[in-house]
Order: sequence, then C-alpha cells, then structure tokens
Amino acid sequence: MPSIIAALLNSLDIAMLLFVIAVGLNIIFGVLNIINFAHGGLYMLGAYFTYTLVGRLGLPFWPALLLAPLAVAAIAAVLERLVLYRVYGRHVTDSLLLTFALLLIIDEGVRMIWGSGIHVVRPPELLQGRVNFAGVSYPLYSAFVITSGVVLLAALWALFNRTRIGRVVRAAAIDRDMAQTIGINVPAVVTGVFAFGAWIAAIGGVVAAPMRAIDPGMGDKIIIESFIVVVIGGLGSFPGALLGALVLGLIHGFGGRYLPQINLVLPYIGMALVLLWRPHGLLGRRAAA
Amino acid sequence: MNRNASAPSASVAAGAAARPSGWRLAVPLSLVLLLAVLAALPSFAPYFYIFVVTEILIMGLFAASFNLIFGYTGMLSFGHAAFFGMGAYTTAMLLLHVELPLVWALLASMATAALLALVIGFLSVRLSEVYFAMLTLAFGMMVYAVAHQWRSLTNGSDGITGFLLRDFGLGLDLQLADPAVYYRVVLAVVAIAAAVLYLITRSSFGLMLRAISENPERVAFCGIDVRRHRLAAFVIAGLFAGLAGALFAPFNRVASPDMLHWSQSAEPVLMTILGGAGYFLGPFFGAAMFVLLETWITSYTEHWMLFLGIALALLVMFFRRGVLGTLLDRMLRR
Repeated sequence: MPSIIAALLNSLDIAMLLFVIAVGLNIIFGVLNIINFAHGGLYMLGAYFTYTLVGRLGLPFWPALLLAPLAVAAIAAVLERLVLYRVYGRHVTDSLLLTFALLLIIDEGVRMIWGSGIHVVRPPELLQGRVNFAGVSYPLYSAFVITSGVVLLAALWALFNRTRIGRVVRAAAIDRDMAQTIGINVPAVVTGVFAFGAWIAAIGGVVAAPMRAIDPGMGDKIIIESFIVVVIGGLGSFPGALLGALVLGLIHGFGGRYLPQINLVLPYIGMALVLLWRPHGLLGRRAAA
Repeated sequence: MNRNASAPSASVAAGAAARPSGWRLAVPLSLVLLLAVLAALPSFAPYFYIFVVTEILIMGLFAASFNLIFGYTGMLSFGHAAFFGMGAYTTAMLLLHVELPLVWALLASMATAALLALVIGFLSVRLSEVYFAMLTLAFGMMVYAVAHQWRSLTNGSDGITGFLLRDFGLGLDLQLADPAVYYRVVLAVVAIAAAVLYLITRSSFGLMLRAISENPERVAFCGIDVRRHRLAAFVIAGLFAGLAGALFAPFNRVASPDMLHWSQSAEPVLMTILGGAGYFLGPFFGAAMFVLLETWITSYTEHWMLFLGIALALLVMFFRRGVLGTLLDRMLRR
C-alpha cells in the first residue's frame, strides 16, 4: 500500500509539470493555430536561466522564479514579432517549420552557452527536507510543485473565464477577423498570448530546475511528452491538458515502478490506444480538426 | 481558423506546369550526363569523395521519399527517421543473423519499413496537419524508445554491428566490400528508386496527392477518400525511406538508435527545404548541399545544428521555394 501511494505521489508532480507545458501549448494553439515545437526549448531556457541566477550568481530561488520567466517571455515576444508573424496566412506547415527551426536554434544555443553537461540547482532552504504523507516520506519540494500546479490551474481558469483579458483572448481565438472588426488589437493579443505561453513554460522550467537534471535534452524530452498529453487530452482543450497530464503522470509513476522493462514505451502505447478509441482525444471536440 | 486555409506554399504543381519547350530536352539530357559522371566518379576521384557522394545519394533518396508526403501531399512529418532506421536495422540484422545476399535484405527492409509506416500512418493521417506533425514526431520517438529498451533484439544503445557484406544476389559477382563497388550499387539502386518515385508523382495518384495538398476539403467533396490517399502516400514514402536506411547501414557499418532519433528526422526536412520542395530533384539537390555543408562546417565548429536552425528559419521566411527551386523558377519563367 505505501508503495502505491508513493507511486501516486510521484505521478502527481510529473503530471503538474506536464500540465504546465501542455496548457501553454494549448493556449498558443487556440489563438495562433500553431503547435509550438520550440515550447520545450522555452521551458529549458527557464531552467537554464535559473541555473545562471541561482547556481552562478548566487541569487535566492524566489527572485529567479520571477525573473527567469519574464526574460523568457520577452524573448518569445521578440521571436513572435520578428520571425513567426512572417508566415501568418501561409500554409500551416510553414509555421510548424519555423517553430521547429527555433527548437534547433535554442537547443544548440543552450549547448553553446552552457555546454552539454548536466547542471544542478538546489531547492530553496525552505523547501528542503521531507514530509510524511499517509505513511510515506515525501520530498517537500515535490509537494510544492503539486501545490503550485494547482494554484496555476486555478489562476488560469479564473483568468480565461472571469476577466476581460480572458474574454478578449477567447474572442481572438474564436474568430480573429470579427475580433479585429470590433476593435480588438489582434496582433497585440497574438504576441501577448505567445509570450504568456512562454512565460508559463518558463515557470515550469524554473520549478523543474531543482528536481530534474538540467541538460540540453530536457526541452526535447518534455515537448514530446507534452504532445502525448495534448493528444490524449484533446488539442485545444484546457481540461484535456489536465486530464492528459494526469494520465501520463500515472503512466510514468506506476510504469516506472511496476513495468520497468517497457516503461519508456508505455506513454506511446497509451497515446495509440486513445487515438484508436477517440481520435480527437478524451476531451477534444470533433471541430478541432 | 481561416487564415491557414489559404494558398499552400508547398505547391509542387506551379513549377512543372509552365515549362518552355526549349527546356524540355535540357533536363533529361543533363540528368543523363550527371548520371554518367557519377558512374565514372570512382575512376578519377579519391575515396573521400566516393564516401561523400554515397552519403549524398542515400540521404537524397531519404529526403525525396519524405517529400512525397511533404511537398506533394502537404503533410509535414517529423518522424521519417523511424522508417529509415527500420530499414537500417532490418538489413543489419539480416546480414548478421541470416547472411542473406544484399538485394534480399534491401527488399525485406522495404517491406518492414512499409509495414511500420502502415501502422504509424493509420494512426497519424486521420486528423489535421497539426496533429500529423505532432503524432509523427511522437511515434518516431516511440520507435527510438523501443530500439533503446528492447536490448535482446536491438542491442540497445550500441546498435547492431559486426555484420559483413557478402554477395549482392541475382547472380551478380560484386565485391561489395570495395567502397567504389558499393558506391556504384548505391547509385544504381537510388537511380531506379528515384525513377519509380518520379513515375508515382507523375501518375494520376500523384496528381491526386497534389490536389489534396492544395485543398483537402474540395477533394473530399469530389468523393475521393483523402485519408486513404494520404495513408498510401505515407506508406510509399516509408518504403523508400526504408530502402535508404537499408543502403545506409552497410555504408555506416552500424545500425544504431541515433538513426531513429528525431534529429535524424530533421535531416530530410532540412534537405527538402534547402533544395526546394517544389521540384522532384529539390531534395536530392538539398541533400548534396546539406552533406557538403556539414562536412565543411563541422570541420570548424561542433555547433552545426545552430547554422541549420538559422538557415531553416531564413529559408522558410524568405526563400520558401529552396535554393534549386528559386533558381529553376527564375530560369523557367524568363
């Protein structure tokens, strides 16, 4: 029984991280209608900035949690204004190619600046140590990750459903021409949404930094997992991102413990089964195609 | 969302349509000349160039097979290495365990790669292009994960090594271990495969694929099964990618999981964009530029991927027709 609870708790912190990345992908897809292949790269930049701020410059963790995502959001805004906007209105493959090019550039740029080795960031003093939960000893930091995931989930839900900004973004997502006609500055919304998605991804990167190894492959790893999350949950679906992240988190938490000989392949098997059963994902709308 | 439904930029039809009559003979003639020079290459070029051109030919076939689904059908696959790697592993294992003549190993590799493409394609071509890009990347990495984890079959991250090239089969007496001989075999196989691929693109099936890339909804309204055509194109592309991988394994002397990684899938994408998706020979031209640039740039810096990323971004933004495509467009429209 304690081992089941341990696997469950392990699943949850992975799930929260995946949710944070997948929800950003979904928000960007909703407004820009593109899948951002560079999203994992932005997450990775968040982690590397944290390493530089905390590990190199000796700053405490909390300012890094504020500064690193802002820096990544600024970079994303510049990329959208200088690069991505050029292919709006072209065939969808062009925007996929461009974000893929950004992925290559960020991956190799990170290797150039920080090297190919693994870096480590220690959790803040406040969150070191372990807690006991239902008879299982659990790292305090993982509890923090789960809590921040839940807070972010609630904040995003409130933002999109309860504020004027949320309504404007949803309007631009549903019909950008109509939104433009009624006076919404759609290009600004598009830039803002892309930067916002990057900001969320970078928060994920900062939060992941003390619990995962920081290496140049971390962005690729998380983006592929987020794709699985998005496909399982349904592209463009906010609750789908949560459900997909939970499913994949459970696959990781339990697969790693009980089926270690095939644990790497399990997520894909899960994805293939969902595709066979519900091609548009568990909570996806048919219209999404 | 309507802004992505407008004119597809990967249109293949535009280049081939308005060709002035003077050029009609020039292209086949220069191709025959090129093939003659390539066939004679071992008699005057040093081994280093034989290796480089062998790689260009194999990667060119890999990129051309990718372009059947990208340039012609309008679907961007980020998992094409799965079929390349499947071909490489099939040939490596058959040469190691069964000691088959090469030609049968090549044919078997095409079969296994096509079978894998049928499974992945069945799950991936059902939804939009955006889903397709994500799913092909994910399933490509699934094959990579399998190759890593199924150690008893694939030997894990070490890959399959130690296989020997014996005879070619079909009663031909060829010293395949000689790089010059292997190069000529590659040249012949790639030329035949390219000719078959070209005929496919010029057939009514190929025409249908182009129509699908221009406007899938309209084709569907005409009573055509879009999904089945896309799947057929995907399987054919996988089959030829498998052949390219099967030729690559003996050349490279190893079939390793690296050949299945997404960065391997990026190569045909980059080659095709570099050369130009709009012409049949674009991917071959792109492969030549890619391999030559790689040989040159990696002698200065290990960060060659950075150049690739920047080049890809600039090409997509400003020279969407690629280098060969832009050149030919200029020449043919004058």
